[in-house]
Amino acid sequence: MKKYTYTEKKDTRSGFGAGLHEAGKKNENVVALCADLVGSLKMDAFIKDFPERFTQVGIAEANMIGIAAGMTIGGKIPFTGTFANFSTGRVYDQIRQSVAYSNKNVKICASHAGLTLGEDGATHQILEDIGLMKMLPGMVVINPCDYNQTKAATMAIAEYEGPVYLRFGRPVIPVFTDPDQKFEIGKAWMVNEGTDVTIIATGHMVWKAIEAGEKLAELGIDAEIINIHTIKPLDEEAILTSVKKTGCVVTCEEHNKFGGLGESVARLLTTELPTPQEFVATNDTFGESGTPDQLMSKYGLDAVNIVEAAQKVIGRKK
Amino acid sequence: MKHTIKELEDIASQIRRDIVRMVHGCQSGHPGGSLGCADFFTALYFEVLNHNKDFSMDGIGEDLFFLSNGHISPVWYSTLAHAGYFDKSELATFRKLDSRLQGHPTTHEHLPGIRVASGSLGQGMSVAIGAALTKRLNGDHSYVFTLHGDGELQEGQNWEAAMFAPFHELDRLICSVDYNGQQIDGPTKKVLSLDSLQDKFEAFGWHVINTDGNDMQSIVEGLHYAKTLTGKGKPILNLMSTQMGAGVDYMMGSHKWHGTAPNDEQLATALAQLPETLGDY
Repeated sequence: MKKYTYTEKKDTRSGFGAGLHEAGKKNENVVALCADLVGSLKMDAFIKDFPERFTQVGIAEANMIGIAAGMTIGGKIPFTGTFANFSTGRVYDQIRQSVAYSNKNVKICASHAGLTLGEDGATHQILEDIGLMKMLPGMVVINPCDYNQTKAATMAIAEYEGPVYLRFGRPVIPVFTDPDQKFEIGKAWMVNEGTDVTIIATGHMVWKAIEAGEKLAELGIDAEIINIHTIKPLDEEAILTSVKKTGCVVTCEEHNKFGGLGESVARLLTTELPTPQEFVATNDTFGESGTPDQLMSKYGLDAVNIVEAAQKVIGRKK
Repeated sequence: MKHTIKELEDIASQIRRDIVRMVHGCQSGHPGGSLGCADFFTALYFEVLNHNKDFSMDGIGEDLFFLSNGHISPVWYSTLAHAGYFDKSELATFRKLDSRLQGHPTTHEHLPGIRVASGSLGQGMSVAIGAALTKRLNGDHSYVFTLHGDGELQEGQNWEAAMFAPFHELDRLICSVDYNGQQIDGPTKKVLSLDSLQDKFEAFGWHVINTDGNDMQSIVEGLHYAKTLTGKGKPILNLMSTQMGAGVDYMMGSHKWHGTAPNDEQLATALAQLPETLGDY
């Protein structure tokens, strides 16, 4: 098992804030909008340096999405910022018609996704957003795994022409990816090469997959770990190549097992290479109040759950 | 004036012919609101709007128009064709398979003149605001026009947008409301009363004007007057009284022709009331 270490913990939303600031410096057409959550989205640096390119919309997310769609007409590249719940479910029809169907170059940037939002509880903990967004034709869906990857992804989507959903979160987690990485949309990152089982993880679950990989190594199981940061378009080649070698797969996501990364992988494997698969994901449930760690544990999203799923799926291999 | 009032009325008559023929041709679509707004579209595209029929999505240096109540697509398609955006023969494909003239307007099939999809109601004002913000950032002093149904204003997103535009002093934004008092299930007064739109928008900080949307002189003068009001910190709302079905006597004044196509006999009756002026498609 390749060794990953970290010297600091940061939140992915701060990676977004830093990436937005960099994107703003590189391209004067980058503009930002927020629905009364500037501090939570870490947009302060962008606003300080480019006040005229920032629009405070107030608590009016539907209006924000429509305004962003309109701002593309004339060449701007709008980044909208609010919580994941209010970035997707609340404004689904606005995104569907004014952004996706109209093919507008809007970047929907969503913080506080998943259970790790914590104490605010289920009203704010969306576990359905990946499904909602990946269903929209033409929508790119990205869920980066740490501060550095989120920053790189934010800068990369500014250079991509078309609608993007970028999902990140609130908690501070290990920073373990390369600070100078080049983020390639739709290209998986090989975290660890192995032979016994493929673990595919996205977002906050990637570090947990690394922890699981270390525990599996102690048990004599050689896990291949792949980071799928781009859920759509899916890096099918990377997944098929790995699964051909290992013969089984565990998918890990901080999302409902209905509609998430796991289902995208299952669709691919069912049609191309039928393979035993286990899902580490929430099981058709809403969340609740609690600390992020408590919630990840209660809802089965810890390293130990990945270890168990890996052992189980290896046992299902013919 | 680029045209006389009589010339504009003749264009509107041709557009009305197109509308009833398009809706008859596919036996679906929305003739009532389309007919009611034929004079507005004629005034806008042939007299008021600074636009380029060689369409570019970004519309730099041009006035922009957004149709929020996308179901009245027939009137927009006919207007765009006669304004030179595409050949009028394409009007015959309306709502048919493989057409660029979808039931509701969309950019998806790349029809020149359309900058965003509409149909799901209540989204157009927000999009127009975004376009106006970009024009401001680009130092482009062109105008942004919109049209909304009156029933459509029951959608809450409009009021988010209505609050935003005056606060941000978007004073080159000119929104018109097709104030015909009708919606699918009946008169707006019975379905969900809009009460005084004038009072509502003025309370939100708009400059409100009133026009007769089925009187060419009134609508042309009204839109020109609206332009003179810009630059004073307030967006403009044109409350435009119209008759649903205007120009076809048996369709007028009733919500029943909101989304119903005429049969052969009804088509003939309608066409007899609308002189052909620019030539049918």
